[in-house]
Amino acid sequence: MKSITTEKNGTATFKIFRKDPSRDSEGRYDEFEVPVEEGMSVLDGVNYIVEHIDPTLSVRWNCKAARCGSCAAEINGYPKLMCKTHISDLPSQIKLDPMGAFPLVKDLVADVSSNFDIDRRIPGFSPRKTSEKPWVMYDIDVARSQEFRKCIECFLCQDVCHVVRDHSSKYIGPRHVVKAAALDMHPMDTADRSVLLTKEKGLGLCNVTKCCQEVCPEHIAITDNAIIPEKERAADKLYDPVLSLLDKFLNRTGKQGEK
Amino acid sequence: MEYDTYSCDVLILGSGGAGLRAALAALDSNCSVIIISKSLLGKAHTVMAEGGIAASVANVDTKDNWKVHFADTIIEGDYIGNWQMAEILAKEAPDAVYELERMGALFDRTQDGKIMQRAFGGHTYKRLCHVGDKTGLEIIRTLEDGILHRKAVIFDETLATTLTKDDESGRITGAVGLHMRSGRFAAFIAKSVVIATGGLGRIYKVTSNSWESTGDGIALAFKSGAELSDMEMVQFHPTGMVWPNAARGLLVTESVRGEGGLLYNSKGERFMLKYSPEKKELDARDVVARSIYYEIQKGNCTEHGGVYLDIMHKGPDFIKKKLPGMYTQFMEFANVDITKERMEVAPTVHYFMGGIRTDPESCMTNISGLFAAGEAASGLHGANRLGGNSLADILIFGRRAGTHAAEYAKQAEMPEIKSSTIISEIKRVKEFLADGRNEAGPYSLLDRLRDAMQQHLGIIREEKSMKEGLEKVRSIRSELKKVKTSGTTSFNHGLMECIALENMALLAECMFLSAIERKESRGAHTRSDYPKKSIKWKLNILCSNKSGSIKLSHSSLSLMPKELSEIIGEEHYN
Ligand SMILES: Cc1cc2nc3c(=O)[nH]c(=O)nc-3n(C[C@H](O)[C@H](O)[C@H](O)COP(=O)(O)OP(=O)(O)OC[C@H]3O[C@@H](n4cnc5c(N)ncnc54)[C@H](O)[C@@H]3O)c2cc1C
Ligand code: SF4
Ligand code: SF4
Repeated sequence: MKSITTEKNGTATFKIFRKDPSRDSEGRYDEFEVPVEEGMSVLDGVNYIVEHIDPTLSVRWNCKAARCGSCAAEINGYPKLMCKTHISDLPSQIKLDPMGAFPLVKDLVADVSSNFDIDRRIPGFSPRKTSEKPWVMYDIDVARSQEFRKCIECFLCQDVCHVVRDHSSKYIGPRHVVKAAALDMHPMDTADRSVLLTKEKGLGLCNVTKCCQEVCPEHIAITDNAIIPEKERAADKLYDPVLSLLDKFLNRTGKQGEK
Repeated sequence: MEYDTYSCDVLILGSGGAGLRAALAALDSNCSVIIISKSLLGKAHTVMAEGGIAASVANVDTKDNWKVHFADTIIEGDYIGNWQMAEILAKEAPDAVYELERMGALFDRTQDGKIMQRAFGGHTYKRLCHVGDKTGLEIIRTLEDGILHRKAVIFDETLATTLTKDDESGRITGAVGLHMRSGRFAAFIAKSVVIATGGLGRIYKVTSNSWESTGDGIALAFKSGAELSDMEMVQFHPTGMVWPNAARGLLVTESVRGEGGLLYNSKGERFMLKYSPEKKELDARDVVARSIYYEIQKGNCTEHGGVYLDIMHKGPDFIKKKLPGMYTQFMEFANVDITKERMEVAPTVHYFMGGIRTDPESCMTNISGLFAAGEAASGLHGANRLGGNSLADILIFGRRAGTHAAEYAKQAEMPEIKSSTIISEIKRVKEFLADGRNEAGPYSLLDRLRDAMQQHLGIIREEKSMKEGLEKVRSIRSELKKVKTSGTTSFNHGLMECIALENMALLAECMFLSAIERKESRGAHTRSDYPKKSIKWKLNILCSNKSGSIKLSHSSLSLMPKELSEIIGEEHYN
């Protein structure tokens, strides 16, 4: 077995943002020296600090296996999961900040609860009425939606999106377009969310910079496969009156894979 | 002392598969529902489940049916699983899967458009419905989506610290909890309560379980008088990662073997041919875990103390399509490309068969109004859980617990929780906080506890060693009073670990006592001093709370009706 190269078996310096909004008006950075072992992740480093140096340092983590998406943070300015970022891949000074697009709970913990409120306002799964039981669907048709359903809700894409960061914008952000696309491209779903996304959820403000796609730890092609198709579908619906009337008339939703 | 008060018909502890499914069922019965959960919504341990959900939909092996699933469950549970639960599970699993599909879940498909199924250890037929190796995530997302569009009140990142009861009637009245983000305490008054807080893998050092799996709900139930059962039954998954250290214990899904992965020792021998000539790599987990353990003990281990698991012969395309999570997990955590290199694996603590004892039909405990489902409950899996049965368990018994808790709530009046009860609980929790910055904290005791479990209650057990372990746990429990940490009540890991440590140390004692009590080897419980299975021990060991101390008792199995016992055939002793 090959070994992970650690340039600096020794120590790393963690410079971590600290602020308890109920007590501090200003944030600060605290520095910690952490002994580094082979294969250690940034999250391991943070946990070392909590367990050995300062138990009051707040951090959110759960599975430590890149499957739950809890430990999102800005590592040297880049939005990443702490559990799968190796210390050996970073310079020996590691700066950690909470995701800046969200309100702060404390230290490295961001308040991401607004995302659930956004999800509540996206129409849920609306299956076609059919007597067919059980449903017949093919791999090729479920694959498109499955790509989006891999999302682990780390919200890193929300964090990196400059339109979301501009808090005055009404854009709901890439994660939620992925969510809408997962439902829209479900072979059995009958609703269409693209017009809602465009008219009310600010999808038009996204200027397809693809930054979201770059940070996604699940490698979901957010912009290419979710955002652009939703934009196009909305454009068809909104700007082609004949087609949209026909759709209504024929009860068509323009989904792939429907028979 | 300040706190918030909420009330509802049904209070649900936990937002894993069992908790969310219970919540949906209670909402379907028109009850008001509050969910409180230590983790953020959508992050519960269930998201890690990989291999799939067992249901005899018979899409791939058309001979499969509920009877075979029932027999597999009882046999692999080594005959001490609850047959009523196993019957319910085997019969209802297909519906549970199709119901999930109708809620929007997208399973992998067969060529003719049906739900795909894969082979898994201990299952006679290809039975596991799956989504690549992300089945748990699909379940959570589907249920989460359902719950977000319903009227449930969700307090996530909220830790239940105690259950409350009415002194006179003995019925449950709710819970007290701490909201981690705000640091505020709250009382949750409820007509009925469902515990769906999952397992306790974090009691051990090497585990596949997530941070929240500290057995809180099991401990809370015990303290309030609920009976626990099968506390000696811990499942070691045969294959966890061994290297790098930081990834030690992370699960290497059984699907790797299900899809054709083979096990070799450092001498290049395919040792499962020796230990299990028929079922080989796909024998039940306890058998494979013990085999790997023996190979490691014999010194036939790899550089990092494991054995090899090899899937390379299947080719890169197959591996990336069928095991995408494993491919990335090894790439990202160990820098190993499993399409070109072998994996190094060793057993890891994975699942807890024991837990709260419940009625098979209703999921109610011996405490009026208190229900439990999922990994926190016990009975179904007996001495060993079949892979894939847990995801079926959480959906089926989650739904039942929710429905019956709702029925109970409809007949019940809204109880009260005395403010003195709430205040004394808040005080108890705040006792863990001290002013000074350099407190010892919970971590050294946690380490000692985990070492004791790992060393004295592992895959192979023995009286003298277990007694040593028990003494260590008792001494840890006697030191709990001194444990203090610093900071405030808001998002304080040290504080949360103090609370969890107390719960885990209590459960550890129950586990040692039960394991010492069972003087035989059965299922996951293997003793070198009693290597044989004995008919005398065909029973369940219970733990109950006798004014603060742990009382053990035996519970004989209820008689299985003839039409069921005929399905499974005879149990053999030698
Ligand atoms: C890596 C891995 C792979 C697995 N693969 C499979 C598989 O393929 N098939 C299968 O059938 N099983 C599998 N399992 C097992 C299965 O995932 C679990 O047994 C199952 O998900 C447990 O679900 P649950 O709802 O009971 O609890 P969990 O999902 O553990 O949820 C527990 C919930 O309770 C909350 N909680 C805990 N304590 C408190 C407290 N004090 N107050 C409030 N809330 C609390 C937690 O935050 C969480 O929300 C796997 C397990 C692991 C670890
Ligand atoms: S592509 Fe759109 S959604 Fe993604 S980061 Fe750029 S602006 Fe934001
Ligand atoms: S789409 Fe990707 S980056 Fe965005 S929340 Fe989901 S997993 Fe994270």
